[in-house]
Amino acid sequence: MSSDIQAPALHRFHGGLHLPGHKTESTQQPPQNALLPRHVVLPLRQHIGEAAEPIVTVGSQVKKGQVIAQSVGYISSPVHASTSGAVVAIDDFRTPHPSGLATRCIVIEADGEDRWADHLPAPLADFTAEDAVTLRDKIRQAGIVGLGGAAFPTAIKLNPQTADQRGIHTLIVNGAECEPYITCDDMLMRRHAEEIISGIRIVQHILNPQRTLIGIEDNKPEAIQAMQQAVDKADLQTTQVIVVPTRYPTGGEKQLIKVLTNLEVPSHGLPADIGIVCQNVGTLLAIHNAIIEGIPLIERLVTVTGDAVAEPQNRYARIGTPFSELIQACGGYQGNVERLLMGGPMMGIAVVSDEVPIIKSTNCLLAATPASIPPPSDPLACIRCGECETVCPAQLLPQMLYWHAHAQDFEKVQDYNLFDCIECGCCAVVCPSHIPLVHYYRYAKTEIWQQEKKRQKADRARRRHEFHLERLERAAREKAQKLAAKKAALEKKKQAQAKAADHSSEDPKKAAIAAALARANAKKAARAKQPQSSDSQTTPAQEDSATESTNDS
Amino acid sequence: MEFKVTSSPHLPSSQHTAAIMRRVIYALLPGTAVATYFFGWGVLINIGLAIAFGLTLEAGVLALRNRPLRPTLSDYSTVVTAWLLGLALPQLAPWWLTLVGMLFAIVFAKQLYGGLGYNPFNPAMVGYVALLISFPAHMTTWLHPSSLMETPLSFGQAWQVIFSGHLPEGLSWDSLSAATPLDAVRTNLSMHHALPEIFANNPGFGVLSGVGWEWVSVAYALGGLGLLATRTIPWQTPLAMILGLSLPALLFHWYDPTQYASPIFHLFAGGALLGAFFIVTDPVSGATTPLGRLIFGAGVGITTYVIRTWGGYPDAVAFSVLLLNMNAPLIDYYTQPRVFGKGKGRDA
Repeated sequence: MSSDIQAPALHRFHGGLHLPGHKTESTQQPPQNALLPRHVVLPLRQHIGEAAEPIVTVGSQVKKGQVIAQSVGYISSPVHASTSGAVVAIDDFRTPHPSGLATRCIVIEADGEDRWADHLPAPLADFTAEDAVTLRDKIRQAGIVGLGGAAFPTAIKLNPQTADQRGIHTLIVNGAECEPYITCDDMLMRRHAEEIISGIRIVQHILNPQRTLIGIEDNKPEAIQAMQQAVDKADLQTTQVIVVPTRYPTGGEKQLIKVLTNLEVPSHGLPADIGIVCQNVGTLLAIHNAIIEGIPLIERLVTVTGDAVAEPQNRYARIGTPFSELIQACGGYQGNVERLLMGGPMMGIAVVSDEVPIIKSTNCLLAATPASIPPPSDPLACIRCGECETVCPAQLLPQMLYWHAHAQDFEKVQDYNLFDCIECGCCAVVCPSHIPLVHYYRYAKTEIWQQEKKRQKADRARRRHEFHLERLERAAREKAQKLAAKKAALEKKKQAQAKAADHSSEDPKKAAIAAALARANAKKAARAKQPQSSDSQTTPAQEDSATESTNDS
Repeated sequence: MEFKVTSSPHLPSSQHTAAIMRRVIYALLPGTAVATYFFGWGVLINIGLAIAFGLTLEAGVLALRNRPLRPTLSDYSTVVTAWLLGLALPQLAPWWLTLVGMLFAIVFAKQLYGGLGYNPFNPAMVGYVALLISFPAHMTTWLHPSSLMETPLSFGQAWQVIFSGHLPEGLSWDSLSAATPLDAVRTNLSMHHALPEIFANNPGFGVLSGVGWEWVSVAYALGGLGLLATRTIPWQTPLAMILGLSLPALLFHWYDPTQYASPIFHLFAGGALLGAFFIVTDPVSGATTPLGRLIFGAGVGITTYVIRTWGGYPDAVAFSVLLLNMNAPLIDYYTQPRVFGKGKGRDA
């Protein structure tokens, strides 16, 4: 063992479940290389953040690895052609998204030659000579996002803002893979441990953490052994492989951090807030490929499994390959296939059609018959048995969340911390009343977001209206002020006239001057009363034009 | 290909409400058997009648509410309620008493609030309290344990008494019935007897509490431990109720053993253990947070002790449960567990 530091004690998160693993079905044979699809469908948004902007047009010839859509803004990721061919469409297509709605995709018809692009970024023989900014930029340019499922752009995660005084002190490598059926991370660790370690070293170079903890569930002995050997071989002093108990959802970022460090990511916060960055093993392999090999993210390992797949296995797949083609390559369907999931049975998305593409975050295709995934049974009333509460890893009260979500009391449901729910599904799996609890939480969250949007819209409209009223008021106020000013002027003039009349009785000469002044003033007042345009109508023929001109100045 | 779309999680639930209710019924079997052994066939007849009345009444209300009958009638919740009320009734209670009790339990306390899951009060306890207040004489006519009787009633005789109200030739209520241990202690204390004297002079007292009663309580506790072992009920409520009852009892018994009965007596007399394992554990009307369950159970235990010792009734589990039912939503609101990533313990 090269690690001199002691293995830290493991900790427990609240709740969680022991689920039947169903992992061996798909680990019986080594992963096969990606087939060449006839066409690839590449959604512009396969990640969290802004959709990428196409830089090719219909008809463009593209080559493998070429950027075909650029990232827009900070939280975004570019998209690369995953094979060579011609762009035949840039349009809305169905993608494996929970909404089932179509999103904008670039479709490439493969030419079958699968030629690499000419100007790929050069591989870096010695990444340690580069600074963090350069490496992050390369990772960003390679289109790498979190491959564990969340698909958050990796470069941003590697540029953390932390409130922790120690900075980023711990890098956590997530090889837990807690969800049943999924084995792609297991297979990657068994077969590519050294490349994953290389990826870890790159991330260590960027973040400079004091320690790196690789968490792997104890149901993957081969992966644990391979990773341990690779750590020993690379002689990494601060990196440890840590075997964690198999318990769903240990692979959740917050749960794995708790198990390995006993630190809790703050509610509504990020791991970086407590000085931790967490990366999935698949993402680290992609980082190695991008930096050391110069290959962008155009391919990933996908577990194709379930009792409705003839030959369950792991298989590499080009991003954009239709589900149907990948399943055909795995012997096709068998039996009464009723459900097709992207992801595992706990958090996976059920898709309507298999004519949707593999995207960056597609870790598993699970085709199931009713024998393994039966149709949902009719829910009964909640009896508040509290089973859900005992398994909730977020330590929520799912029964209260359900009660208030069901009653559409969206304020109360937030009182019970709805937004701390990670939708792991443990509560629903133990519910004796068979209530689709997570469905209610999603519904409540969506409703609250919608209300928030509406409220913001209403706020904007109200502010606009208030501004409009204020403008009208200001106009009225200015008009009134002008009128008052004129009135005052008139008053003054009248007083002056009266004064002049008084003076005239005393001194005829003075009176004559005063009378002339008064006349001039009266004239001025009269002019002021007239509309502006009437100015030009004043003619020299009018009396006392000389006096007028002197007074005007 | 097209597929069915459902919301995650896609794995089926591993548990079922009806299975939980059935486990509660299995756990009631030892107590029921021992009660029948000591107090005769009336116990079983009461339970049978209560189940029949309960299901009939529930079916009637469901029909009026235009609700499907099968899901509700087959969830065993009414059977559990009926079983508990049946066990709580005097052994030869007239049939109409059971009917009125189930009417309050199922129609008023349960279905009128919306059925299972929506009842704020424990239905069996509502039925029991309604009867205790309305028909105090009928509700306090308890039988001697059979071992103290010369000739125990046969099944046919018990059936006849329950439906006709007439005792067989040569028997009188005075000869058949006796005060419960709790009632005997209460009455004698009020006549300024000391406890050791009371226990010594009354053949109805046994090792733990009353003859017969003590073993029924032991059997309830055994069934309850089974529920704990199968994780059908949480541990917090029973434990808290037992402590809530026995700690004050211990304190006062230590202060004056001639006036205050021991915690053992309190636990094994009356409905204490039936309540601790089968009644305060009703999830619907109880508190649902872990800390809330402790408070709820302890509240029932303490209230039971207070009413038994200084209140107007010899036993008080039913009243205490209803009083705490009222507070359950409040208890729940103020005992929410710390959410992951919030407040203290985050940097533990």
